Amino acid sequence: MFALELVLTESWYLVLAAMLFSIGAAGLMIRRNLLVMFMCVELMLNAVNLSFVAFARGLDDVGGQAVVFFVLVVAAAEVVVGLGIIVAIMRRRQGSTADDISLMRG
Amino acid sequence: MELVWLIPALPVAGFLLLLAVGRKLDEPFAGVIGTLAVAGSFLVSCVVALDLMSQPEEKRQFVQTLWVWMPVGSFHVDFGFLLDPLSITMCLFITGIGALIHLYSIGYMKGDPAFGKFFMYLNLFVASMLLLVLGQNLLVTFLGWEGVGACSYWLISFWFDDKANATAGKKAFVTNRIGDCGFMLGTFLVWVTVGSIDYVEIGRSAGAVVGATATAVALLFFLAATGKSAQLPLFVWLPDAMAGPTPVSALIHAATMVTSGVFLLSRLSPIMEHAGWANDVIAWVGAATALLAAGAAVAQNDIKKVLAYSTVSQLGFMFIAIGSYNYTGAIFHMITHAFFKALLFLGAGSVILAMAHEQDMRRYGNLRKYIPVTFVTVGIGWLAISGIPPFAGFWSKDEILAGAWAVDGYGPALWAVGFVTAILTAFYMTRLMIMTFFGGVENWRNPELLADAEPEVPLGADADAVEGADGTGAEATLAHAATATDTHDDHHAHDEHHGLTPDHTPVESPTTMLVPLIVLAGLALIGGLLNLPFSHRLHFLKEWIHPVIVGEHELPEAAVLWVLAIVAITGAVVGIFFAYRVYQQRKVDPAKLEKPVLAHAWYIDDTYAAVVGGPGEAAFQGAADFDAGIVDGAVLGVAHGTDAAAKVLKPVQSGIVRTYAAGVAIGTVALAVFVIMRMGF
Repeated sequence: MFALELVLTESWYLVLAAMLFSIGAAGLMIRRNLLVMFMCVELMLNAVNLSFVAFARGLDDVGGQAVVFFVLVVAAAEVVVGLGIIVAIMRRRQGSTADDISLMRG
Repeated sequence: MELVWLIPALPVAGFLLLLAVGRKLDEPFAGVIGTLAVAGSFLVSCVVALDLMSQPEEKRQFVQTLWVWMPVGSFHVDFGFLLDPLSITMCLFITGIGALIHLYSIGYMKGDPAFGKFFMYLNLFVASMLLLVLGQNLLVTFLGWEGVGACSYWLISFWFDDKANATAGKKAFVTNRIGDCGFMLGTFLVWVTVGSIDYVEIGRSAGAVVGATATAVALLFFLAATGKSAQLPLFVWLPDAMAGPTPVSALIHAATMVTSGVFLLSRLSPIMEHAGWANDVIAWVGAATALLAAGAAVAQNDIKKVLAYSTVSQLGFMFIAIGSYNYTGAIFHMITHAFFKALLFLGAGSVILAMAHEQDMRRYGNLRKYIPVTFVTVGIGWLAISGIPPFAGFWSKDEILAGAWAVDGYGPALWAVGFVTAILTAFYMTRLMIMTFFGGVENWRNPELLADAEPEVPLGADADAVEGADGTGAEATLAHAATATDTHDDHHAHDEHHGLTPDHTPVESPTTMLVPLIVLAGLALIGGLLNLPFSHRLHFLKEWIHPVIVGEHELPEAAVLWVLAIVAITGAVVGIFFAYRVYQQRKVDPAKLEKPVLAHAWYIDDTYAAVVGGPGEAAFQGAADFDAGIVDGAVLGVAHGTDAAAKVLKPVQSGIVRTYAAGVAIGTVALAVFVIMRMGF
């Protein structure tokens, strides 16, 4: 038996954040459901939050954590507006496929 | 004096009332409203004038500010009136003569389909003219200046069904526009140098305007005056302005509006004092205009054209006076001229109405038998303008000539030009009188003469058949009729009324028209009382306006005045006698005198037409092409370029959110790669 000593350095957190961000970005580009796309955006935001917290810890600087709070607040506001729009779209249309909503094309 | 605002307000009220209900009123009422508005204004002017006279001399200046018109930082223009002897004098004769002409118009415009509209314009004109003279600063004056210009345009082309009338209106408007540039530039220059455009302020700090600046200001305002007051080189619109109804010619183009240039320069006398050689320019331009226009008047056959050129010529006299620092003379002549020229125009209108709207004097003759009141009143006007004492014109013209004589250096030369003009004036006015009222031959009875618009052959052959009252008249040959080659002059006001037939019997005009004639004849008779030269105590006008005028020169001493007056009277008598020999006794063939060059007014107008119509039009066409090709081309080119670029870039905006997201992602990655590569990781 040997004890596998896992030391969770901040790099781990950064890697996790990068993975979450990539998943979110890929989802945003691949998925067509508005709700899912929205969740992907949230995922990306939280990935960034995670990296902020990790850096704050690693650099021993509370500023990173402060930024996270701001991001959370903004994200909450964004969710309110975004969900409102999505609900409005869902009421008017059958589905909520993003590609169908292309009235703003040039 | 607080009532001064009411003077222009009454005609404005009349205008607004007629604007609102003028169409609905039956015929005389619109005229009655218009007349009452101006007559009321005259009464207020009288009250204000008496009030002003009761003040001591140094207190005869009253500024009434109604509101601040334009507050722009430290610069502000008030809307208000300046009441002083000069402005109230102008108001008195504008509203007085204006009311008379309104009354006359009720008779003259009888039956016109646009009767109400006519009085609406007339009231607006009077209001604008009063603003012009009462204005507290240059900008209020400019408002009135443009107002009278616009009314003049509307009224000249009042019978716009005839294209010639509409064109004449446009010509007047455009020509005046050239002068208005001078007014605006002059105002700017005054503001820059004095720091204010208030007349009171200008008078107080005129010392700041010296040398070249004063000369420039004077010349710019003189340019404005040449437009409004029909001087060389811009006089060409006034003869054409005769296309308007005759009361308009009397009010606007003889008595009031055309004198506003003289008023303006008198108002700016504090600046004129320092203007140096600008005064020489004004005097000589006035003299040249007076002489050339008097020459042109000799060969006109349209009765109104004679009076139009005569007006130009008399205005020239006023500018001689301005140029010789003789402001009293200018204003004196402005007033007496307003009396007798309004009288002559209204008399001509009466003749024209009696002759079924025929204006060609070659078709008149012997009319004194038919329209005696018109004959007597016009006769008084004739003696007044010819300079026969004791009629009004003699005194004022004599004062101008005396002032011209006193000018340093070239005084006698200036006087001589004025003197020759005075002789010509007597000559052409006598010609008008004889052709219209005497001559013994009733030319319209000659069918041949009536048939052609332009009589070509000597038509005296039948003259014996017509009863000749003077005996001598029966021998008359109308050879002079053949010389008239004024082609563009002969657009008669409105052809639909044109009904002169050989069996026509001229009828005297209605009372509404005769009363103004009689009143004006009275004024033309006694107008000289305003400023008699015999004693200083008789210089009423001079004493009255003295506080307003700066830098007036004194007239020569009494002995010189007497000599000049006697010479002037002799000249007038010679002019009348010579015209009598030519036109009544037929001792000289009139054709020898009425040269085409005179009938065409020295071809000045024709030259303008040729220059503006030929090279001028080509130049303007070039400018228009430049505008259409280069300027518009550049603007449109930018627009087309933007449009083409948009067509190329349009697909980028697909409207599909995921594409945008991909774009952002690719961009981010690219940026990241670039940064990492540059940083050497």
